[in-house]
Order: sequence, then C-alpha cells, then structure tokens
Amino acid sequence: MTTVKTTINRRHFIKVSALGGGGMMLSFSWLAGLLPLPAEASPLSKDWFELNSYIKIAANGAVTLMSPNPEFGSNVKTSMPMILADELDIDWKTVIVEQADFFPERFERQFTGGSQAIRQGWKILRTAGATARQMLVNAAAKTWNVPAGEITTEAGMLYHKASGKKAGYGEIASVAAGLPVPEKVQLKNVRDFKIIGTSRKNVEGLNIVTGKPLFGIDYTQEGMLIAMIAHPPAFGLKVKSVDDTAAKSMPGIRDVFTIKTLKDDYERNGFDTATFTELVVVVGNTTWEVMNAKKALKIEWEKISDTNIVVNGWGGKKTVRIPVGLESTTEHKAKMAEWSKKPGKVLRKDGDPEGAFNKATKVIERTYSAPFLAHNTMEPVNCFAHVTADRADLYGPIQAPEFITRTLSARLGLPKEKIHIRLARMGGGFGLRAYGHHMVEAAVISQKLNAPVKLVYTREDDMTYGIYRPTYSATYRAALDEKNNLLAFHVKAGGIPETAIHPNRFPAGALDNYLAEGWEIESNITIGAFRAPGSNFIASAEQSFLDELAEQMGKDPIEFRLELLDRAQKNPVGKDNDYDPERYAGVLKLVKEKSKWNQSQAKVNRGVSAYFCHNTYVAEVIDLVIQNNKPVVQKVYAAVDCGIVVNPDAAINMGEGGIVDGIGNALYGEMPFKEGVPQKNNFNTYRMIRHSEAPKSIEIHFVENDKDPTGLGEPLFPPIFAALANALYKATGKRLYEQPFLGSKQTLPG
Amino acid sequence: MAIFNLNINGKKQTVDVDPKTPMLWVLREHIKLVGTKYGCGVAACGACTIHFDGIAVRSCQLPVSAVGNKLITTIEGLSENGDHPVQKAWLEHDVAQCGYCQTGQIMSAAAFLKKNPNPTDEQIESAMNGNICRCATYLRIKAAVKTAAKSQTL
Repeated sequence: MTTVKTTINRRHFIKVSALGGGGMMLSFSWLAGLLPLPAEASPLSKDWFELNSYIKIAANGAVTLMSPNPEFGSNVKTSMPMILADELDIDWKTVIVEQADFFPERFERQFTGGSQAIRQGWKILRTAGATARQMLVNAAAKTWNVPAGEITTEAGMLYHKASGKKAGYGEIASVAAGLPVPEKVQLKNVRDFKIIGTSRKNVEGLNIVTGKPLFGIDYTQEGMLIAMIAHPPAFGLKVKSVDDTAAKSMPGIRDVFTIKTLKDDYERNGFDTATFTELVVVVGNTTWEVMNAKKALKIEWEKISDTNIVVNGWGGKKTVRIPVGLESTTEHKAKMAEWSKKPGKVLRKDGDPEGAFNKATKVIERTYSAPFLAHNTMEPVNCFAHVTADRADLYGPIQAPEFITRTLSARLGLPKEKIHIRLARMGGGFGLRAYGHHMVEAAVISQKLNAPVKLVYTREDDMTYGIYRPTYSATYRAALDEKNNLLAFHVKAGGIPETAIHPNRFPAGALDNYLAEGWEIESNITIGAFRAPGSNFIASAEQSFLDELAEQMGKDPIEFRLELLDRAQKNPVGKDNDYDPERYAGVLKLVKEKSKWNQSQAKVNRGVSAYFCHNTYVAEVIDLVIQNNKPVVQKVYAAVDCGIVVNPDAAINMGEGGIVDGIGNALYGEMPFKEGVPQKNNFNTYRMIRHSEAPKSIEIHFVENDKDPTGLGEPLFPPIFAALANALYKATGKRLYEQPFLGSKQTLPG
Repeated sequence: MAIFNLNINGKKQTVDVDPKTPMLWVLREHIKLVGTKYGCGVAACGACTIHFDGIAVRSCQLPVSAVGNKLITTIEGLSENGDHPVQKAWLEHDVAQCGYCQTGQIMSAAAFLKKNPNPTDEQIESAMNGNICRCATYLRIKAAVKTAAKSQTL
C-alpha cells in the first residue's frame, strides 16, 4: 500500500462539506499538476492540469461524481470516475456521473486534449477516492466507538466484524462531513483493484443509442434564432461588398449583416486561430430557410493585404505574418521540394554527421510527404449563444473553454465571470475543438441581435474553414559503410506552415552521428492540432525509412529496430532522449510474438512500425492482400504499453479507432488547394474510410505492468501509417512516398 | 408554406413549412426530434438515416412534400425504451465513441436486418457503407449487427 498526502500543495487540496438533507461532498482537484508534462502536451499550457471536482454521497447512498472534462469520445466520462470509485470502494452500479459546466471558480481549468486525462488524473483521483473512504471509516469508528483500523469496506458498505455492526456509506456520510480531512491516506495495492482493470460500459451508452439531445447542435430554447455564416471561398480573400437584397426578402429571414469577430489590434491567445475574422451572417427562424437565403447572397471578394497578427501564446508573444496570395497544392509541393534541399535549422546534432557522410560508401536518401487534412468531425461546427448587457451564456462543442473565455471577455466587453459556458458532448474533437472561433462568432451575432442564437456551419462551411493538419515533407539520409554498418543518420523535416520534427525522439540516442534539422514555410492557410500533432506525419516518414534502411542493410525490420534500441539503452548518445528504450523494445517484442512474425505468412504481406508519443509506446503489424488493385487489410496486431489499463474494453475501442482512422487518412485523406480554394467541401468529395475498407480484424495487446497509466486517444494513430506503407511495399514492390496512398484514385499506382 | 399531416413514430404531426424542406430539418426543428443528425446534407454520410415505410432513407434528401401518408420512423420511435435488438447489440458491444453518427448507423442496420436477417460480413459492409463513423468504430458496428442478427425478435 502507498501512503499519500491529501494536501499536495496550496492549490491542490481536499475539503469536505455537508449536503442538505444529509450526506457529504468532497471537493478536490481533479487533474492536479503532479507529473511533468510531456513535450507534446506542454504547448497546451503550463498548468492546465488543475481541475477541481467533487464526490457527493447522499443519505440514501447514491454517489454522484462530477466530470469536469469536456467529453469528445475518448470516454473519460466513464474511465475517470472508475478510478475514483475503486479507491472509494463503491459498487459501480450505484454511481451517477454528471457533466460539469465550465466553472473556473470551482474547477479552475477544464481541458480535453493531448491524451493526458488519465495520466494526469491518476494519482489525484485515487487520493480523492481514498480520502472519502477513510473519512467514512473514521465516521463509522466514531459512531460505533470502535477503532478505525478494525473497520473494513466493500461495495459502499462499512463493516465491523467483531461487533457485527454494518452500515451503508449514505447512513454515515453526514457524520463524515463533520470530521477533519485526514492528512494522509493509504491507496490500494494494484492487485486489490476491483473496478480499475475491468471493462465498464460507457455511462452515456443508452442516451446515445436512443438519440437523446446530447450535442451542441441539438440545443434549442424558446425564441432562439438560427444563424449561418458565409466565409470567403478561398484563403487569401476577404469580403469586399455584399448584396443581400434577395436574401433579406426570403421567407423566415430576420437579418443579414457582416461581423468582425476579432478586432485588428487584438492580441490573440494561442488558441485564437480564426481563419476569417470578417464574416457575412444570415439570421432567420429555421436552418433550412437560412441555408437557402445564404445561397442567395451576392458577395464580392477581394484579396487580403499582408497582415501581421500578434499572438501571445505559449513561449511568449510573437508576430505572425499572414502573407497575401492564393495558394495552390502544386506550388506548395514545389516549395517544399526546394526547401528540402536547403540547409534547415539545426535542432540536434550528435557526433560528426557530415564527416560520417563524407566517409560513407553508400548514402540512402528518401523524401516522404503528406497533405493538409481536414478534421471532419461528424458534428459540424456550431454554438448557441445568448449575450445580454450583463452576461453571456454559451453552449457548444469546445475542448478548451478556459482559453476562449478570455477571448470572449475581450471581444464582448464583459468580465470573465459574466461568461458562462456549458459543455456539450462533442460529436468528435480530434483537436479541432481546441479552437473556439465559433463561440466568438455566435456571441458577437447574439450581442448584435440581443437575442438567443444558434450558429450552425453547413458541412461545406466546416470543411473549407481551415485549421487543418499542416502539409509536411521529411527527407531522411543514412550513411552506410562497405559492410552496411550504419555510420550516420540525418533527418530534415519541414512543413507549411509548421514542421513535424521531434529531434530528441528515437532514433536519436541510438546513433553516434545524428543530425536533425527543421524548416517552415509561411502560409495564409490556418492550421491546428490534429490527433497526435506532428507525430501523425513524422512517425510515418521515420518508420518507412527505417524499413527501407533495414532492407538495404539486409536486416529484419524488427531486429534492426531492437538493435538500435539496445544501443540506446546500454550506451545512449546524448542526454535528452525522450523515450525509455526498454519499454519501446517491449512493444516490438510483444507484437513480434503475437503476430508470429517469424513464421512465414503465405500470401499475406506484412509491415511493421513502432512509435512513442503522448507517453505511450505502440508497435503495430499489418497483414494485407491486394484484391482488384486495392489493398485489403486483413489483420492488424497492436502491442501497447500504457501502463495499467483502466477500462480495457474501452481502451481497445479507442485503439481500434486510432488504427482505422490512421489507415483511412493514409489511404484517402487530403485537402488540396487551387488558387486558395479548398478542393473538397463535403463527404462526396473528401474520402473518409468506410465500413468495407476497415481492417477485417484487429488484435490489441497490452503490456502487463503496474506502471501508472498513460493515454490512448492519440498513440495508436501515428505508427499505423508506416505499417501500412511497409506492407504495401511488400505487396507491390513499390515504395509509396506521397500520402494519400490512394487518394481519389481508388486503386494503387501502377 | 403549406400544411403537412405526417405520421411520425406512430403519432400524427402537423407542420406548416416550405414544401421543399427536407425531413431532416422538419424532424429536428419542427417536431424537436433531434436524434436524426445533420452530417453533410448531400446523402454522403448517413447520419440523418430514418425509416420511410420501413426503408432506410437519408432524411436530408427527402422533402416533406414527398412523404404523404407513409410512415416515418426515427431513432426515437425505433423502440419504447432503447430495447430494439439493434440498440441492445450496440450497448452490448459498447460501440460508441463520440456517438454522433450512431443513431444513423443503428437506423441503417435495423432496416437492413429486416430485409436480410442472416447477412454475411460482405453484405453488412456493403449495406453500411453509406454511414461514415469519423471515430472509426466500424469493427464494433459490424460485430453489433451480427449480434442483432442472431436475435429472434427483429
């Protein structure tokens, strides 16, 4: 058993209060900053893991657990309360989970992203549950006049064996509410968990399958108007003039006007990405009427001029230039090819890579690239807002309410405490909903109309608005001697407008001579976080290159990776390697065993890939065949080390999602541009993976250990791209360097 | 605008709307049944699937004027208490992640299993191909459809 303090520091504490009608309420910080942040999460903020929440135990024994995190499908609303319930020692069936509103006075910070919820919540949730349990034990000891050490608990009941006394938590809760919070409590041994490590169903399951109004787009109230926006059809354009005569005269239309969402001199926060700050708005009674009127707008557009915006995000204040121009994919590709050849910014250098390349008998050089991607959450962007003279109420999909509150406050001229955001279940997030421009738009529209308004984007508005995954390119070089020993390794990776490189990740640390460089090309196309930012591309390039390298060196691709990891473990190069080589090797060994890698697989083409990001280690093997010149993925094996698995079936569901999503994006995902215009605007042109294209079977195996858990929303996604590329190479003998591998072509390139 | 008398989930409903209004918006905004979801508006994603005389259709492409006396069933009318075999199978397999597309998936699956109570994997894939799940829960959907197919009470 581990003994932990209940007061972690001044800002993280547990306090108790009585509930009306009997019972107790324990307030505690939900996601305290107990662990160092991973490199990829730190940009999201230095201290966002400080959330408060509470446990309520009513006199009748009902237990309510407040879930402060916005839910976008990663199932934190089930798995986080499970951790609490286990230490509290209650029957999971008695638990009611409630979604908290955004409430900074009580919860401090509420954010979903970075695969961090379980990892950051682990210790504090356990401590909170154990504290409540200990207080109930102490209250029973006082009531029964017996030593606390003789009292046991099970499934919401307190027992004193010697006297035969027993009571439910609810009966004792009001006594517990009057006791001091113990300074220290004991946490369970891992082997004593009863709920953690067992599969529990989604607490919203029934509401989802019966179509209950859970999402922002489902919201309605008396007198609510519907608003839609018209944004420029191309990046690099803005509104010049609007002829709204026809639109205004259409049935059900209340008003047409233009709004400015962010003022020109506004200093933006890190998540204030807003592609178009001037928008034409149509307001009416119903969505259908507004959609039709929007089509009747006659808008003239003009080119933007070079603009500088000030962004005060993580890493301080910087000026970002938004260049003029109507950009096209052909031009992007040419620019990226040009920049790949120029020296980049050196991000890490070990040994003497240039010297080693000069001595090499063979140099292998390969360039990989990937396009812009749209998030395409199934629920289009929307938000309800009602802004009056002294308060603003908002309800909608948002991953980061804290950040957008600041923006809303500045824009609406209301103090932050007058801005009330209720958190809707999100119809997908994938990073998109970290950006709250839709909340600002809805609020500005409502303020102008002095009426409750629901802003709804059409799918076309949503898909062509921007905030895409950047387009990337990475060039890898390896120097080999005459015996095919690896002398040096060089990666130079860039993107528009952001690079994907993580210079201290594997294989850094395993190579004496290593060089990592980055470059970035500015653009007026907006980008943002997309499931495993950066990793989702660089893993595909790196793990494809390692496969090519292994083949050139005459080595098995798994053995080659294990040799590098062995070196990184026994005699690491450099000090900043941000991975644990032993755990990394562990997932490769597990996937090798589970996929029976060494047994020949007749008629099946296999590819392997492994990656570490968001604190979780993953190795994946794909088996595929080619039928009618199309790949059919028959089986995917994944080995995952995320420490303790809190909710195994839900963890597998999340992992399957990451794998299938990755295969879909690798094969089909792309947002091309022509003269600034996104070339896809709906699901009839933007190819998403569908039922028949999903793998026929997926096996996910977890490394069994007692390590504190880490997250799963992102880590299974990045490595699958390369596992697929490597299997396709086996199948066709042709290496694919450019994503998407199929695109709209539907069949493999000949 | 015109008056339409509709039969939705076994109840008579009267709406006064533009005859071209798709059933998607009639259901969501006039009858306040929001389980039918807006995803694309061009019949490319399946989120708005309902039953039109027992057949799965995309309600974003079904104008209210084309409905007449035919029966409309939405997710809210599929069962009394969420206990239709397809809904039960969805819960058994804990299919949903974000959950937004799942009502459309369930409506497609329920209509399909009525026609073909003993489908092969390929038939399931083909019948469900019009329903996109961005969270990519496809394997669980397929498993749930198979479980529902085994149920005696379809």
